[in-house]
Amino acid sequence: MNLELAYNSLPQLFTGLLVTLEITAAALLLGLALAVPLALLRVSRNPLAWMPVYGYIFYFRGTPLLVQLFLVYYGSGQFRVELESLGLWTYFREPYFCAILTLTLNTAAYTAEILRGGIQAVPHGEVEAARACGMSRGLLYRRIILPKAFRLALPAYSNEVVFLFQATSLVSIITLLDLTGVARVIVARSFAVYEIYITAGLLYLACTYLVLWVFRRVEHRLSAHLRPQEDELTRRARAPRLV
Amino acid sequence: MFDLRGYGWMLWEGLQLTLLVGLCALVLAVLLGLLGAWGKLSRSAVARGVAGTYTTVVRGVPELLLILLIFYGTPTLIQNTAARWGHTVRVDLDPFVAGTITLGFIYGAFATEVFRGAFQAIPRGQIEAARAVGMSRFLALRRIVLPQVWRFALPGLGNVWMVLIKATALISVIQLDELMRKSQIAVGATKLPFTFYFTASLMYLGITIVSMLLQQRFEAWSNRGVRRA
Repeated sequence: MNLELAYNSLPQLFTGLLVTLEITAAALLLGLALAVPLALLRVSRNPLAWMPVYGYIFYFRGTPLLVQLFLVYYGSGQFRVELESLGLWTYFREPYFCAILTLTLNTAAYTAEILRGGIQAVPHGEVEAARACGMSRGLLYRRIILPKAFRLALPAYSNEVVFLFQATSLVSIITLLDLTGVARVIVARSFAVYEIYITAGLLYLACTYLVLWVFRRVEHRLSAHLRPQEDELTRRARAPRLV
Repeated sequence: MFDLRGYGWMLWEGLQLTLLVGLCALVLAVLLGLLGAWGKLSRSAVARGVAGTYTTVVRGVPELLLILLIFYGTPTLIQNTAARWGHTVRVDLDPFVAGTITLGFIYGAFATEVFRGAFQAIPRGQIEAARAVGMSRFLALRRIVLPQVWRFALPGLGNVWMVLIKATALISVIQLDELMRKSQIAVGATKLPFTFYFTASLMYLGITIVSMLLQQRFEAWSNRGVRRA
C-alpha cells in the first residue's frame, strides 16, 4: 500500500471532485427546471400533452445512461453537416456540453416522474378546498399543489440527487476529467491501482453522505408542522445533540 | 436510418451476453442480499457491522469506480501480496467473471436492503407460532419465512434487476463483448454512431419492457394465495 502516493495525489483528485460537483449542480438545476413543466404535462388529461412526455420519460428511464451519453456525444457526429448549418456543432463537439446535456435530460426524466408521484399524492380534500375558495387553476397549482408536491417528493428526490452525483462518474468515459477521470489518469501513470481508486471512492462516499445528511435536515425543517409539539419538560429532558 | 450494414447479428450476440451477465449477476446479488439481510438482522454485532459497512460503502461509491477498482485492483493486490512473500504470480481476471462478480457485489447491497425489509414484513406471530409447535429455527426459516419473503421482496428485486441490467453497459469499459461494446465495434467499422447506439438503446428498452411485463406476472403469481380487499 503506497499511502504517500495517495496523499500526494489528493490535490489533483480535489480538482476532479470540483468538476464532478460542477457537472452535478448544473445538471440538477437545469433538470429540475425542465422537470416541473414536464411533470405538469404528465398529469394532464389531454393525451397530446401526456403521451409525448410519457414516451420521453420511459425512454430515458429504460435505457442505460452510458448509451444516452454516447448517443449525444458520438451520435451527434452523424449529423455534423446539419448541426454545422444550424451553428450548433461547436457545442456538440465539446464533451463538457454533451455531458451536461445528457445528464440534464436523464435527471429531468427521473425527477418528472418523482414530481408526478408528489402531485398525485396531494390530498384531494386540499384541492377541493382551494377550488371552493375560488382559486383559479394557476393559483391552485402555485399555492397548494406544487408546494405540497415538492415536500412529498423530497425523500425520493434526495435519492435522485445521490444517483445523479454518482452517475457523473460516467463522463470520464467521454474524456472529461472529473473525479473518476482524474483517478484513471493517475492510475495509468503510477500503476497504484487500488490506492488511488480507494481514495477517490472515499471522496465520493463522503460527498454522498454529506448530501443525504443535508436532505435529512431540510426534510426535518419542512415537516415541523407535522411533528407533535414538544412541551417544556421533554425539551429540557432531551440531551443536547451534536448533529 | 436503420440500415445496420450487416452488423445486426453482432448486436444480437451482444444482447445475449448482456442478458447472461445480468442474470448471473442477479443470482449472485440475491445470494449476497440474503446473506446481507441475515447479517443486518443478526444478533451478533460483528455481523451487523460487516453488513452495515458493506451496504454503506457500496451504495456511496459510483458503480464505474467499483468496476475499475475490482477489475484492475484485485489482480494488482494479489500480485503485490504474493511478491511480498517472494512469489511471482500473474493474475488476469476474465472480463465476464469480473463483470459478473462486480455487478453482483454492487447490487447485492441493494438486494440486502430489499430482503431486510421483506424479512421484517413477515408477521412475528407466525415465527413464534412455528417455534411453539416445535420447529427448529432453521425449519421455521425454511418452511415459514423463506416461502413468504419472495412475496414481499419481489417488487424491490424487480427494481434491482432493472437498474442492474442497465448497469451492465458499464462492463463494456473492461472490454467484455456485451451489447454496448459490440455497438462500439460496429460504430468503429461503419462510422454510423447514431444508428448503432440508438439501436442498442432500443434493445435495452426492449429488455426493460419485457422485464416489466414479467415482473407483473411474477407478482401476480406470488400473491395468488393472498386475499385482497
